[in-house]
Amino acid sequence: MPAEMASRSQGPSILEGSHFGRFGGIFVPETIMPPLLEVAEAYGSARRDPEFGKRLEALLRDYVGRPTPLYFCGRLTEHCGGAKIYLKREDLCHTGSHKLNNAVGQALLAQRMGRTKLMAETGAGQHGVAAATVAALFDMECDIYMGEEDVRRQALNVYRMRLLDAQVIEVTSGSRTLKDAINEAFRVWMATAETTYYLFGTAAGPHPYPTMVRDFQSVVGREARQQILEQEGRLPDCLVACVGGGSNAIGLFHPFLEDDVRMMGVEAAGRGLRTGEHAASLTAGSEGVLHGARTKILQTAEGQIRTTHSVAAGLDYPGVGPEHALLQNTGRAEYVGATDEEALDAFEMLNRLEGIMPALESAHAVAHAMRVAAESHQEAVVLVNLSGRGDKDVGEVQRVLAERTP
Amino acid sequence: MSRIGACFDELGRKEQGALVVFTVAGHPTPALSSELLVAIAEAGADIIELGIPFSDPLADGPAIQAASQRALAEHMTPARVLELAAGFRAARDVPLVLMTCYNPVYQFGLEEFAEASAGAGVDGVIVTDLPPEEADDWAGIARKRGIDTIFLLSPNSPAARVKKVVDLAGGFVYCVSRLGVTGARPELPTDLAQLVARIRGETTKPIAVGFGVSRPEHVAEVCRVADGAVVGSAVVSLIDRQAGSAGPAEAVGAFVRELKAATRSERVTKPDPL
Ligand SMILES: Cc1ncc(COP(=O)(O)O)c(C=O)c1O
Repeated sequence: MPAEMASRSQGPSILEGSHFGRFGGIFVPETIMPPLLEVAEAYGSARRDPEFGKRLEALLRDYVGRPTPLYFCGRLTEHCGGAKIYLKREDLCHTGSHKLNNAVGQALLAQRMGRTKLMAETGAGQHGVAAATVAALFDMECDIYMGEEDVRRQALNVYRMRLLDAQVIEVTSGSRTLKDAINEAFRVWMATAETTYYLFGTAAGPHPYPTMVRDFQSVVGREARQQILEQEGRLPDCLVACVGGGSNAIGLFHPFLEDDVRMMGVEAAGRGLRTGEHAASLTAGSEGVLHGARTKILQTAEGQIRTTHSVAAGLDYPGVGPEHALLQNTGRAEYVGATDEEALDAFEMLNRLEGIMPALESAHAVAHAMRVAAESHQEAVVLVNLSGRGDKDVGEVQRVLAERTP
Repeated sequence: MSRIGACFDELGRKEQGALVVFTVAGHPTPALSSELLVAIAEAGADIIELGIPFSDPLADGPAIQAASQRALAEHMTPARVLELAAGFRAARDVPLVLMTCYNPVYQFGLEEFAEASAGAGVDGVIVTDLPPEEADDWAGIARKRGIDTIFLLSPNSPAARVKKVVDLAGGFVYCVSRLGVTGARPELPTDLAQLVARIRGETTKPIAVGFGVSRPEHVAEVCRVADGAVVGSAVVSLIDRQAGSAGPAEAVGAFVRELKAATRSERVTKPDPL
């Protein structure tokens, strides 16, 4: 824990873990402070309650379908001609992505807090589907905020949310993507927090979300660590995960922090970092405050938030979780970009060689893992978080590939 | 004593509430915005809040979001807002408060922003997403430059937070009338008097109520229990409606005069602290 924390005046339990070195924090309007502190307090007490842990574990096993497999990609490995590539199959979670790990945990917390309604933001719609799913499971109402642009490109998930009886609220402000959905969700929550739990979908935002979401997603890394030890008899050389807000990446990385394992986060380089049309907050951004946290963001010299671009809606976000900003600063993790094109190529490759259709977000991780593997010797092991499956992206991929100049 | 403190003292002696008027700097255009500031002061506003437009304001409703977008499209930057402030200060003596989200200030540099604000004759700063938990750096720097950092309290702020916020508050305590974002409302919340009383129990500092205060009747009602009323979205919307007209300043001035008149209606005087 950073020294600065100890001197903060609120009790250690509520603000515990609120800062990651100089990053993180709780930069929000006063009206959101009391509900956030209430969530922080409730989470602090839940995490010390063995009963809560048992319920979460049972749901992860029986409902989410954990543990998910760790799969060795024989053909992809052969194709790259270097390191062995393993996929942590979060795409095989119920609802099709890692997002449900967090949604189940926070829904349990919402129930514990006596809330009767959930709200969530979503980009790719995977978190929206996860939130709508747990709302059905826990018999709660559910409102999902989604940018108009994402509603268009993730139509399948919008329909899934509606089937799950959630309300999908189209956000038309700003760039009409994830950033704006988060703005709108916080604005609404200011007036509704007494009855409604805000189920935030990634390891970003104000305290306590970066810590809480990381904790709920760390099951990915814990399982992967044990599985690779069983299958390879040793730890991997390198972990690779895509980074939107950073939840699947921090979930994979966290249990390996003390190990001698390289960690690489892959951001959306969009049309190329030099074009300015990307969503690479860590690789191309600078320090700033967005959505309640001090972190790396994409901004103008005057501190206005830039619009972003990625073919993957779930990565199309100008900020990133504060713990990644710290891991980058200390050099413990490295962050790189993969372009739309590289992600699309990896999307096709994984389909053809392994019969696995990754989410476009996850395809960014696969793209970079293929590069790393190709440059490594054959005894090396690369472990990739395949954060989600790509059914939701089929329409968009079809459209984008058709537009590709031959 | 700061210009803001002196303003509340004098109004207290005159048994008037303070009329605080908010506009977005650069809205609808930088030139009109500067003209409007003078008109608003001329029409009797006791304190002016000038918003630095930000692309992603969490606490603002549609009217102020749209005005901010419009000002940004007019290339309004924090540096230009400070120029606007300095221009106003050269012409008028009315207390001036900048209202902003943290990131534009953070990018400007805290020291630099405080220095430039003081240089421009700015009296106070409200950073809407900087709660006391994160405000140490800024508040210390602002204090050295003689700038009041104004903090917000909300109907859901528990007693311990009320105490903490009023202790830190410079200038006045900004009491948010209801849960939610800024925006004009037809009516004030019914429990406003209790909310103000709850804050009053912890401090002798002036209390101004904002969010949803949009009509002269609201101002009168607020000034019966608090020391000032903040009108934002209603003024911003009026500026929007008048932006195309020959003289928006005239219509805005007339509205501000009506609002100011309402602060002079009968009010319950502030209970003696001891
Ligand atoms: C499959 C998948 N992977 C990754 C992400 C990016 O989020 P995060 O960085 O929080 O894992 C998303 C977000 O929507 C997603 O749907």
